[in-house]
Amino acid sequence: MSTLLWIEHDEKTIHPACLSAITAAQQLSKPVHALVIGNNVNHIVKQVSLLEGIEKVVSCQASYYYPFRAEPVSTLLVSMIHNYSHLLAISSTQSKNILPRVAGYLDCPMLTDVIEIVTPTCFVRPIYAGNALMKQTCHSKPIILSIRASQFEKTGLTDSCCPVESIAPQPNDERTEVIAEAIRDTEKPDLQTAKIVVSGGRAFGSAEQFNMVQQLADELGAAVGATRAAVDAGFIANDYQVGQTGKVVAPELYIAIGISGAVQHLAGMKDSKTIIAINKDADAPIFEIASYGLVGDLFKLVPEMIAEIKKDHHK
Amino acid sequence: MKILVPVKRVIDPYVKIRVKPDGTGVETHQVKMVMNPFDEIALEEAIRLKEKGVVSEIICISIGDKTCQETLRHGLALGADRAILVEDNESRHSDIISKVLHQIVQKESVQLVLMGKQSIDSDANQTPQMLAARLNWPQATFVSKLTCLDSQLLVVRETDAGLEQLKLSLPAVVSVDLRLNTPRYATLPNIMKSRAKPLSIQSISDFDLGQTHQMLVTELISRPPVRQRGVMLENIKQLLEKIRPIIAS
Repeated sequence: MSTLLWIEHDEKTIHPACLSAITAAQQLSKPVHALVIGNNVNHIVKQVSLLEGIEKVVSCQASYYYPFRAEPVSTLLVSMIHNYSHLLAISSTQSKNILPRVAGYLDCPMLTDVIEIVTPTCFVRPIYAGNALMKQTCHSKPIILSIRASQFEKTGLTDSCCPVESIAPQPNDERTEVIAEAIRDTEKPDLQTAKIVVSGGRAFGSAEQFNMVQQLADELGAAVGATRAAVDAGFIANDYQVGQTGKVVAPELYIAIGISGAVQHLAGMKDSKTIIAINKDADAPIFEIASYGLVGDLFKLVPEMIAEIKKDHHK
Repeated sequence: MKILVPVKRVIDPYVKIRVKPDGTGVETHQVKMVMNPFDEIALEEAIRLKEKGVVSEIICISIGDKTCQETLRHGLALGADRAILVEDNESRHSDIISKVLHQIVQKESVQLVLMGKQSIDSDANQTPQMLAARLNWPQATFVSKLTCLDSQLLVVRETDAGLEQLKLSLPAVVSVDLRLNTPRYATLPNIMKSRAKPLSIQSISDFDLGQTHQMLVTELISRPPVRQRGVMLENIKQLLEKIRPIIAS
């Protein structure tokens, strides 16, 4: 029995969360094979072959495999899965698009957002936006699952490359076609993998004033996040949203500013290691889960914080 | 074009849930229930397509116990033409639900299935994609904009990286995200009229559920560990003392 790990990437680099997925894969069944699919992925294959815990890289290239579309990618996965007991990916919009389709073709169930591997057939995943945990046993072959990367340690590098096998692509599916992509600025730290996240809520009052969040994040080398209320108010684009209906993050440090702490937002950040909350309302629910809280006016406190950090940089 | 909108009855997202002490589930007795918010957005989009003349009939379907009739009546009051309840007293995973929907789609010969990207209770985000696979139809997930062009759909998908514009041919399964639209409220005259709209009841035993029935077994529903309340600070200087080591590490 063995595990097939689908490697998510953007044709430039591996998604950093895959390093955690490799650790998770060791707890499923070995050997672990990594599957790299794309249009032009030789350098990704090379990167993956140097990762600790991968015994073979399977690569499959065709012009229609990137940008990833569920139809051709799931066809390929279905064609090669019979040798594996587990199919694993990181939890992301990509894997959510593709993996359940594979499960549908195979007439299998699936487990999304696994946070704990109890045994190779027993898993824990959050339900109700993380307000309850569900432990499930799965008897399908293969067992198909995605994992929340923040719950697993990252693997490291080895000295030697593992073997690489190229396989022939499956036919394209022309019923879907990607017309255009609007990719967020990749110069800034990625929200889901950043060490520090600075998030703002509706209390900022306008898109201009929300800019303070970005300024503070820039000083800290942090990624910017936002509540659904701030997104709905038009302060910032939707892909910055942290929460049940947005992204789930678990950085070393999460700084929540002007965020009251709605259940829907807490679901996306409560696993952060250290949580700092700044809010003018001392009774805000965010203080219930914050490691450190500060009550006060964000329009005074945030500029003061930015100024202090700037001073630190000059020391 | 006929369109199917599956709707799930879930606990109101603004209600704080209570996990049953025996670990069998979440308390739903005397708890406010609503239509899954993402499904409501899907239904709203279907109604708008009908108002544009693109869609001829909207069928709402729910799989669950008798109380789901209330959810379906709400769907009819919003603008669905008719409703189907597949009566089932068990809680099912996405693989089984997609199997039932597959059979309904074939029977009703619908061309488009519009549904929420996930239900806010099980948070699985699987049923639309599984249904698309079972039908071997193309799919679009996380859709925040949808345009119908003859036999094709042009959609905008919300991805981790940003936005993606995708063209897909009909028939298709589309799962919708939060920003697609803002659902309307049911008006009193429409609530009255909805009582005359057809709601047919079928039994889960009329459907072929196949082998996967017991492939996924729920062992325990538990409460997550509670995070301890931390320390309140006085000023930014204290706060920076706390975070400097993290920044430097």
